[in-house]
Amino acid sequence: MRPPFASPLLRDAVLVAGIAGVLAFPFVGLLLTTQGTAPTLSARFPEFAGAVVLIFFGRLGISAARRGHILFPIVLGVVMATVGAFSLLFETTGMAADSAAPWHAFVPGTFLATVASAGGVAIAVVAGRNHLLRDSVPVARKPLPMKQLLLWTGVALAGVAIVLPLLPAVDRRLIDVATLVLTYVMLGWGLNIVVGLAGLLDLGYVAFYAVGAYSYALLSVTFGWSFWVCLPLAGALAALFGILLGFPVLRLRGDYLAIVTLGFGEMIRIILLNWYDFTNGPDGISNIGRPSFFGFQFAAKPAEGTESFHTLFGIAYDPVHRLIFLYYLILALALLTNAFTLRIRRLPVGRAWEALREDEIACRSLGVNPRNTKLSAFAIGAMFAGFAGSFFATRQGFVSPESFTFIESAILVAIVVLGGMGSQIGVAVAAIILVGLPEYFRELQEYRMLAFGMGMVLIMLWRPGGLLTHREPTIRTRSQPASA
Amino acid sequence: MGHGDGRAHFYVMDYFAQQFINGISLGAIYGLIAIGYTMVYGIIGMINFAHGEIYMIGAFIALMVVVAFGIGEGGLVIVALLSALLVSMALTSLYGWVLERVAYRPLRGSQRLAALISAIGMSIALQNYVQLTQGARVKTLPPIIQGGFEFQFGDTDFIVRLSTLQIMIVLVTIALMAVFALLIARTALGRAQRACQQDQSMAALLGVNVDRTISLTFVMGAALASVAGLMVTLYYGVIDFFVGFIAGIKAFTAAVLGGIGSIPGAMLGGLLIGFTEAMWSGYFSIEYKDVATFSILVIVLIFLPTGILGTPEVEKV
Repeated sequence: MRPPFASPLLRDAVLVAGIAGVLAFPFVGLLLTTQGTAPTLSARFPEFAGAVVLIFFGRLGISAARRGHILFPIVLGVVMATVGAFSLLFETTGMAADSAAPWHAFVPGTFLATVASAGGVAIAVVAGRNHLLRDSVPVARKPLPMKQLLLWTGVALAGVAIVLPLLPAVDRRLIDVATLVLTYVMLGWGLNIVVGLAGLLDLGYVAFYAVGAYSYALLSVTFGWSFWVCLPLAGALAALFGILLGFPVLRLRGDYLAIVTLGFGEMIRIILLNWYDFTNGPDGISNIGRPSFFGFQFAAKPAEGTESFHTLFGIAYDPVHRLIFLYYLILALALLTNAFTLRIRRLPVGRAWEALREDEIACRSLGVNPRNTKLSAFAIGAMFAGFAGSFFATRQGFVSPESFTFIESAILVAIVVLGGMGSQIGVAVAAIILVGLPEYFRELQEYRMLAFGMGMVLIMLWRPGGLLTHREPTIRTRSQPASA
Repeated sequence: MGHGDGRAHFYVMDYFAQQFINGISLGAIYGLIAIGYTMVYGIIGMINFAHGEIYMIGAFIALMVVVAFGIGEGGLVIVALLSALLVSMALTSLYGWVLERVAYRPLRGSQRLAALISAIGMSIALQNYVQLTQGARVKTLPPIIQGGFEFQFGDTDFIVRLSTLQIMIVLVTIALMAVFALLIARTALGRAQRACQQDQSMAALLGVNVDRTISLTFVMGAALASVAGLMVTLYYGVIDFFVGFIAGIKAFTAAVLGGIGSIPGAMLGGLLIGFTEAMWSGYFSIEYKDVATFSILVIVLIFLPTGILGTPEVEKV
């Protein structure tokens, strides 16, 4: 039976639009500018009114669709989408620029129009789906064999990743984005050891990434050492930093640890920014050595006495070779991280991490040394960040403190938590969603971070346990049933 | 310096006095923000990561009201400031309420990290919302409260300044602290808050409306943060969409330093942080003042994990 459609919906929509209107008025309805030294305030009422009307109809449509109404939300959604699409058309064809036209005052900005059309479509689709599902009897679904499914998804993802650069439809841009995503996948897997396995919330992981990047940058620029020599050194230095920073603070409890690590992350960034003699301050370090294919440069004209990659294989020079090489380099590093994690989870130290995450007091009474165990997780996590950091430095050829802000740490923690805390595939999927997708919305640059933040909140509300909630102990004793 | 050896001593004292005054006013502002962190952490045990953004929003609204009144027109200044205070408190409280309602309440009872991630997401979203709608450039306000006292100790030519604004900041902070201390100690709402802090399910069984109490905690924290926002706008005369981040971290440090969950502790922690920052900037280097703050946080947490006025937490099996 359908609930009667009447005033509660309307009242709710008015209330929501009213609150949103009050909240948005100072920021959307007014604009603060500075002319000379004097601040001035100007009004932007059309945008404000447009936003409030949009929120009203959006809320009305969403709650009607949720309550099982069909015709009304579909009509509303279609109307919203049409109005939004027409406004977009006006905007893009420049008709709106004709300010004398009578409709000028009613055409909202591009952002509102986009939200209106997308929201309208979403409401109509949800209501339509309700209509289709109306008469179907809910079928009891068989629980999916999660472990197998995850395994095959992982194998499929790895397979796609390996053949990706060889596919014909793939261009430079996609390889670039994929390399970026893989960097975050690797960092996510590294952080997963700390957060997911050992249960230590680290909000300053970017510090170790920065240590790795600067180690390689400085060693390469000062001594001219090659990437392959510096890579282990960068990892070792980052791990050393992990131990130094972790030693005093790892006995702190969850949230305190989070804020202290955040503090460390900021401290490293401030030091990089201000220690001008050593790090070149805000100008950063440029001309960092590019990676070579085991000594063979990626250059059209190699230096005297060396051979280049393309002459080695007898193929024509193509700058994309370097990109593909970088892609495979980070893929190998990421897979190494993954293999390491999967193996170490079965070793005593890995089991101790997971046990410590679940119950520290019990662990202590069973003779696990919490400090050393946590420290090992912290150091190993830091080491992988160091590897990723030196890859970042060699890929960019330039490092500056700009790249190591808190937002990077926040993105990484979000990737691990959204991935489901401890799930390796979850981390990869979350990295694709959080880092890969936004790259394709570069045109909406300004709205990107807004959408990113709201996306974090919405995904958390939708799935508080992460995308792939999977928190089973890696090892079980035989007497226990497997699906406890 | 142009002083004789005998005078250098006075110069040192004067300089110290000046940094002391600056530190107290800065600390009062941090303390007001820190109360929001400490109350929320005390009652639901989460770091409200978006609290710094709430403070930034408070500062923006306050600046808008002041500008709407037109600056520097005699007696209007008092009216403008009072309206800015009230409007900003009201709207910012509404932001705090909606924040809890939308982003935190549905996640109560989920894993701890879920709420923290949601809070970080909200912090990023609010920052970018303000950047998008108001632009990334800094907003300035010429000084509208001028005057003050000047002291000269001994026969040095170093003048210690104590501005009217600094006195105002400290007085307003003390007044608000007194009101809040009374609110927590004497009213039904305060009792409900203390009950929820100790045991939420027991409080609910005894008829305390837990949801409402938590909402009001957020509202109170946001209102205090908005006052801090107004005062920072007047004090520094410059704000932008990013001011909430670093101020938020420092205020959280203050809350931890003072003992999280304790309101006098938050104020004390705020003063200590403001003080350290002023002294560090005055005597060492202004670039590393944030490093000094974080170092204090680390040192306190290692040697005094429950903060100065906090109660030790016993972990049970």
